[in-house]
Amino acid sequence: MSARALFAEDMLLGRLVTGIGRSPKAVIAAVVCIILLFAAIVGPYLTPQNPYDLAVLDILDSKLPPGSQSMDGLNYWLGTDGQGRDMFSAMIYGLRTSLGVGVFSGIVALLVGTVLGLIAAYFGGRIDTLIMRVVDLMLGFPTILVALMLLALLGQGLWKVIFALILVQWATFARAVRSAALVEKNKDYVEAAVTLGIGTPRILLGHILPNCLPPLIVIGMLQVANAISAEATLSFLGIGLPITEPSLGLLIANGYQLLMSGEYWISVYPGVLLLVLVFSINIVGDRLREVLNPRLGER
Amino acid sequence: MTPVLEVKNLSTHFMTRRGALKAVDDVSFTVGQREIVGLVGESGSGKSITGFSILGLVDPPGRVVNGQILFNGDDLLKMSPAAMRTIRGKRIAMIFQDPMMTLNPVLSVGTQMIETVQAHDRVSRAEARQRSRDALGLVGIPSPEERLDSYPHQFSGGMRQRVAIAIALLHRPDLIIADEPTTALDVTIQSQILFEIKRLAGEFGMALIWISHDLGVVAALADRIMVMYAGRIVEAGRVDGVLTEPRHPYTSGLLSAVPAAVPRGEPLRPIPGFAPSPLSRPSGCAFRDRCARATDICATEPMLEIAAGREFRCFHPHLWSAA
Amino acid sequence: MTVFVIRRFLQSIAVLIVTAVIVFIGIYAIGDPAEMLIAPDASPAERAQVVASLGLDKPLWEQFFTFAWNALHGDLGRSFVFNRPSIALIFERLPATLELTLTGLVFALVLGIPLGLLSGLKPNSATDEVIMTGSIFGFSLPSFWQGMMLIMIFSVWLGWLPSTGRGQMGEFLGIHSSLFTLDGLTHLILPAINLSLFKLSLVIRLTRTGVRETMPLDFVKFARAKGISERRIVFVHVFKNILIPLITVIGLELGSMLAFAVVTETIFAWPGIGKLLIDSIMRLDRPVVVAYLLVIVSLFIFINFVVDVLYSLVDPRVRLGGAQ
Repeated sequence: MSARALFAEDMLLGRLVTGIGRSPKAVIAAVVCIILLFAAIVGPYLTPQNPYDLAVLDILDSKLPPGSQSMDGLNYWLGTDGQGRDMFSAMIYGLRTSLGVGVFSGIVALLVGTVLGLIAAYFGGRIDTLIMRVVDLMLGFPTILVALMLLALLGQGLWKVIFALILVQWATFARAVRSAALVEKNKDYVEAAVTLGIGTPRILLGHILPNCLPPLIVIGMLQVANAISAEATLSFLGIGLPITEPSLGLLIANGYQLLMSGEYWISVYPGVLLLVLVFSINIVGDRLREVLNPRLGER
Repeated sequence: MTPVLEVKNLSTHFMTRRGALKAVDDVSFTVGQREIVGLVGESGSGKSITGFSILGLVDPPGRVVNGQILFNGDDLLKMSPAAMRTIRGKRIAMIFQDPMMTLNPVLSVGTQMIETVQAHDRVSRAEARQRSRDALGLVGIPSPEERLDSYPHQFSGGMRQRVAIAIALLHRPDLIIADEPTTALDVTIQSQILFEIKRLAGEFGMALIWISHDLGVVAALADRIMVMYAGRIVEAGRVDGVLTEPRHPYTSGLLSAVPAAVPRGEPLRPIPGFAPSPLSRPSGCAFRDRCARATDICATEPMLEIAAGREFRCFHPHLWSAA
Repeated sequence: MTVFVIRRFLQSIAVLIVTAVIVFIGIYAIGDPAEMLIAPDASPAERAQVVASLGLDKPLWEQFFTFAWNALHGDLGRSFVFNRPSIALIFERLPATLELTLTGLVFALVLGIPLGLLSGLKPNSATDEVIMTGSIFGFSLPSFWQGMMLIMIFSVWLGWLPSTGRGQMGEFLGIHSSLFTLDGLTHLILPAINLSLFKLSLVIRLTRTGVRETMPLDFVKFARAKGISERRIVFVHVFKNILIPLITVIGLELGSMLAFAVVTETIFAWPGIGKLLIDSIMRLDRPVVVAYLLVIVSLFIFINFVVDVLYSLVDPRVRLGGAQ
């Protein structure tokens, strides 16, 4: 497929790109998302220090306000935390963890939800009923509560948090895929494909799945934002990531006690970064929802 | 006698990203007192938009861009929204196409009728209810008192349309605009409703604009007929004249596509092609692409010809021996 | 109507049983209940006594009935920390949480519905754009961080409002609440705003979508054709239709607000069940965690039940049945 065809107005990707392009707000948000993603990927090459290498930390540098200089001439543009860590470096590392956890759990939940949703829609009957009952049960309880209880019982840990986030997210995907697939399944061409003797996996993946992509993309964006926010909340409450995997939520929690005594930067800057991250993803996701939802599409 | 309604050079355009869509294009007509006028056309011909333009109910991005709509001599287009509101439902009422959609599903029929009475007349709730009940009885709804407390979903389609008619009748308006009120109904109920509206219009001396795509319905009902095509009135005149001796090729095309109008044994002849997209109408006569009689001159705008109580826009009209 | 309520009630009971089974499996089948429910520093004798009372030496199905039986009698174990029945601890703190949640909900509705109407009636206008961007901002703000900023601005910098505790409580009609004293109210404002901001966005969006979907419908145009005033069309015709999805979602979100109160209560040291939960998790006081779970699930199911009944009151199609 040539690049031109890929970006043609009637192709999905083309619709997404032109849709975002028409809204200046969404363009800015998309650029911010890309910058943050890039920063997270190349993070260690970007930061002036490795904030978790205890050898480079100097306790004398602790709680320095933004703009201070260290003994060895390093400029702490965003100040330092209680252990004398450069906040900027700590935030980039935190961004890596937050974004990594959010994107990874979002992708796995998307895969699990898509498979189960497709199965439910295609086979119907008891399988459908069973899957959808579980979905309803999952969606009946708020994300944060399920994750909270799970972690309360399992204890802290990176993979436990990821597991909890997948568990609370897959149902949303499954329900969206099922309803999109049901619409598609009843169309004539699927029946024609069945009559032609095309195998079930090919019908599901080749014919039905592509039509479920628009809702999946939108929900995927919004769920990643949700997951990042949820992870930060859990970590803030002290039942999310352990101290060895510092996400933005943990950085904020660490600075929380110092907030009252005036050392605002330790908590506020990671908070601003978290907000910018989640806000940008949500803006792009919201725009995509508008573009892909023909009912409320722009004139 | 002055006409109830006089529409002069009405144009309603829809402003889209691809340019102005001329839904109604320089339309003029009059409706006399107690007169029943049929407005006929295919879907997209602009007939419904004409109706909504008269009531000032064109939704954005649509807008009346030009013309005059004189109602009992006053120009409705110059009226303030507040003044217009006192006309709507009081002096001019409208009946919509789909009775399943025109009543609010979460308000009782009584509420929807009483509010209509009280929107225009300062009367007590009890009196408003009384008038609503009488109106329901008038349109043949059994046990109207109990039905006032029912909700729309408890009525059949035909009954809902009767409720809508009853609402239109509440203030005995001078003019009712009926936008295909029988299209969504079963055939047997269609004729009942048709008869009912004709009876009530006669009884209360109301003028009626009946918008329809169905020539048969209009033939049975109207005094006069106006045929719309691509936003313009292409032919207008008395019903018997237009239907027996159509001058415009589009009208004759419509007639030879109607089963009841063609003698048994003769084939129906559908009009070839499709109505043009309102965004890319041909210049001159919009029908020329589909017209067997079209020549080069049709690329220029045909003028309105008026002859023997008949109006039409065509360079090559059918000629009838009597004409 | 009665049939509907009864049917819905039986469904609620069924969900409750299913959840009880899941919780049971969570504690007994996956974890070791003795580990979970017996204090780590218990003596062997105490341990044996608890094992016997919980029937941990019995087969699994019998254990379930013991668990269910105890739960039905309100016996969900004793708190290790307070050495009191955990259910009593929960019920002691529940009013504070309910007070906070309901106030937050009222804030969200009182602000959200007008903003949503404003936005939905003028779609794609500057007002709409500002409100909608604001609402995305609102749900992007992580709740805990937003609470911290509220404290920093209104308590630390401006010093206008207190940031911790419930303040002085007043009594009215036998109910003790912070709502009845000025001091209590000042303590309530920040936590309630914190809890409501998240839902505020949702209420705005729901209202806006409802307006945008309802306004183009024929019955609105018909109401205009009847000469009904625009105000009545919006506040009666359109609003009553929006109320249906709004009630459903708000009901469900009330549950989610109860859960999110965990975050708010932690930040503002509000003495409700959310703070109790986090404290109990930190102190490994698991009987309290289990009790919290069962109580909150029951609350959820109860709220869903109430929502469905309310829903049927608003929508005649559900109430009277037989929609065509």
